[in-house]
Amino acid sequence: MATTVFMEALSPTMEEGRLVKWHKREGDAVQVGETLAEVETDKAIMDLQARADGILRQVAVAEGQTVPVGKEIAVIVAPGEAVAAGRGTGEEGRVAPSPAATVPAASPVPHHSPPAAAAADATRVKASPLARRMAKESGVDLQLLTGSGPGGRVVRRDLETAAARPAATVSASAPVAPVPPPPSPIPVSRTGAPYEDVPLTQIRKTIAKRLATSLGPVPHFFLTTEVDMERAAEARDALNRQLGDRGKVSFNDIILKATALALTKHRACNAWFQEDHIRYWNEVHIGMAVAVEDGLITPVIRNADVKPLLEIGREAGDLADKARSRRLQPHEYTGSTFSVSNLGMFDIDQFTAVINPPEAGIIAVGSIVQKPVVVDATVLPRRRMRITMSCDHRVIDGATGAGFLKTLKEMLENPLAMLL
Amino acid sequence: MPNQFDVIILGGGPAGYVAAIRAAQLGLATALVEKEKLGGVCVNIGCIPTKALLHSAYIARLLREAKEFGIEAGAVKTDYGVAMQRSRRVSDQNSKGVEFLMKKNKVTVVKGTGVLQPGKKVKVGSDSYEARKAVIVATGSRVKGLPQIGLEINKTTVISSDEALFLEQAPASMAVVGAGAVGMEFADIFHAFGTKVTLIEVLPRILPLEDAEASDALTKSYKKRGIEVLAGAKVTKANVGKDRVALDVEANGAKQKVEAAVVLMAAGRAVNTENIGLKEAGVQLNDRGFIKVDQNLQTTTPGVYAIGDVAGPPMLAHKGFREGVVVAEQVAGRRPHPIKYDNVPSVTYCHPEVASIGLTEDQCKERKLDYVVGRFPFSANGRARGTGETEGFVKIIRDKKYGEILGAHIVGSPASELIHELAVARENEYTVEEVELAIHAHPTMSEAVAEAALDSLGRAIHM
Repeated sequence: MATTVFMEALSPTMEEGRLVKWHKREGDAVQVGETLAEVETDKAIMDLQARADGILRQVAVAEGQTVPVGKEIAVIVAPGEAVAAGRGTGEEGRVAPSPAATVPAASPVPHHSPPAAAAADATRVKASPLARRMAKESGVDLQLLTGSGPGGRVVRRDLETAAARPAATVSASAPVAPVPPPPSPIPVSRTGAPYEDVPLTQIRKTIAKRLATSLGPVPHFFLTTEVDMERAAEARDALNRQLGDRGKVSFNDIILKATALALTKHRACNAWFQEDHIRYWNEVHIGMAVAVEDGLITPVIRNADVKPLLEIGREAGDLADKARSRRLQPHEYTGSTFSVSNLGMFDIDQFTAVINPPEAGIIAVGSIVQKPVVVDATVLPRRRMRITMSCDHRVIDGATGAGFLKTLKEMLENPLAMLL
Repeated sequence: MPNQFDVIILGGGPAGYVAAIRAAQLGLATALVEKEKLGGVCVNIGCIPTKALLHSAYIARLLREAKEFGIEAGAVKTDYGVAMQRSRRVSDQNSKGVEFLMKKNKVTVVKGTGVLQPGKKVKVGSDSYEARKAVIVATGSRVKGLPQIGLEINKTTVISSDEALFLEQAPASMAVVGAGAVGMEFADIFHAFGTKVTLIEVLPRILPLEDAEASDALTKSYKKRGIEVLAGAKVTKANVGKDRVALDVEANGAKQKVEAAVVLMAAGRAVNTENIGLKEAGVQLNDRGFIKVDQNLQTTTPGVYAIGDVAGPPMLAHKGFREGVVVAEQVAGRRPHPIKYDNVPSVTYCHPEVASIGLTEDQCKERKLDYVVGRFPFSANGRARGTGETEGFVKIIRDKKYGEILGAHIVGSPASELIHELAVARENEYTVEEVELAIHAHPTMSEAVAEAALDSLGRAIHM
């Protein structure tokens, strides 16, 4: 009995995947759980595993090709079993059906219901029926085209224009090296052309889609406060002296921990807006924005409020490394209840961050700068840091956000308060 | 400056008055210059009065056939003069309607002939007007005769539609030269009013721009009711007498004489590009005599646009309407949806009506397109049987690979109304499958559209 291999949704938001590399070739024997291929999702490069034992046949997707979730990309058949009607491998004609293969060869391939994302995917792009058919026949990804019809609809003309251009936006025909590195974000133009069109990578597309659902529909407001980091710095130095070789605590770790603790005291800010309800979380999972090549991703430190500082530091380091090598697993970047974005290392004094829906808030952390500050009628040099909270006004009101920020500020200005 | 406007439009026909309304809607100070009645040829001596006369002809035919439907009408007597008077009232109502629309939209109507001056200026008589943004030329077209074969319009025995629309009575006999939309419609009208009609077309078939199957259907229909149809027929000589015209006609190598009390010239129109200052303002014409325009309908003089018949074929009111809207929006700084000229429906309102959009089957062949034809005759349609309107068919030509609707051709009593389903489909790039998937009410003649779409897929239900 043949088993169809589908492009699977290997991340919760994945709508299509780029086949990076086949680990098995046409005619190879495969076992359940074995890696068939590497697939680039919108977040990372993941393994696509075999769901049946047998021989890999009818490999329909070339390395480098992008196909929607739910698309049939190969078939696993029993040894000796003829392949169902359709594309032939050129071999099945000679292979006599084994006695075991009592099912007629022409019987339809069983449809394991493809992941739910597949059905929704087909209707997401605005395109005329004719454009859809033309794209399907010619293997063009409609998502990569810019529609020139009413309301940005992809029409016939757009497909014809795309076909006339070199393969840049037509994913199917782009020849790709066996293991392509992640596309370099901004290729340097040597041709002197005024601009260069670079197709969106999977991650960039997801960023665009996700962030557009944020700043537009989410009514943001912003609260900024300046935190005196003098005592946090002293605490950090003391801790690191004590730890010696056993590890190091960074300012970021302290900020993550303090944020998590402050959220336990301000549950109103630890929430998801869910269209018809608000989900207030009892657990605190902190999303930590990490810049990766060509984008950003928000891995999650779960239960950050109860984890020791050292563990938070270790986890943050591991997750950041994984994010940069694009090896994050879905559970490592989903489910955060609140996020922290830190651009301090880039010498940014202050900025505002875009909320990561459905979360209700995010804090943007600037760099720690020495400033003259009046303390007890004396001007003293103090290390100061600006944090800005973005709030979804549908969940958090001004005073609610300000209350949380005040607690966070207190904890950072007096790290001992974290013990309270 | 009292004579300054944002936009000045020359010509109050379909293209011009629609441009004026749209410009005014968008807040532009707009002036419209027209020497005659508002509405142009269409409203006054074209589309509108002919539709009124065609309906009179339709009623005459219905009454003659009424007995079959259980209605005895006695001897049917027709009076072209009365029908003509009614058609004039309809035209006047429509012209007044346009006048009202100008007032409602606060468009200044200037009576007279507008003459273009360099620098977006227009002279009407001794008055000067200046446009801040644009001048739009929409001066339209007029009928022309064929003086080269002695058929100059003399307005008595050799007439054009301009005169035919004002006849007090139907002539005993008429030769209609030209079997495009105008010729077909007048042949239909006068035949119903008792005139012996001979239809002469120089090209191999009547309705030469329509699909060959439509031409065939109309040839049969006209011949059956007693209209003489001479296609591939050339008038070589005309002898214009005082109350008679004798034509030498050569068809398929054979010569024959056609005599008629009146010859109606229904071939060719000339555009109104003379004496309106085009040359002086730097507006050039193309080699076919139309005003040369770019894809934004701008002429060779920046800020001067041309729309409607003067801007090129098809010379149809609805094409002018759309150009009027598009240019007005452009001048107002909008970015209108570009016009798809291959998606302008074409309709002839004779009986049965002929309506089409897109390519004919012959054009598909010439372009070597891979196509499939779907057909459905009204004789197989329940509603059509009920009304006795079983003449004609729906023909849909689809692209074989993608199902794109390449062309659609309808012959039948409601063809002019049915074609728009396919216009919507083509404009939105629906394939035959979307047309078929839309549920069509039963019983309607529209069902034939869905059935033709199905037939192109090889699965018509009622055939």
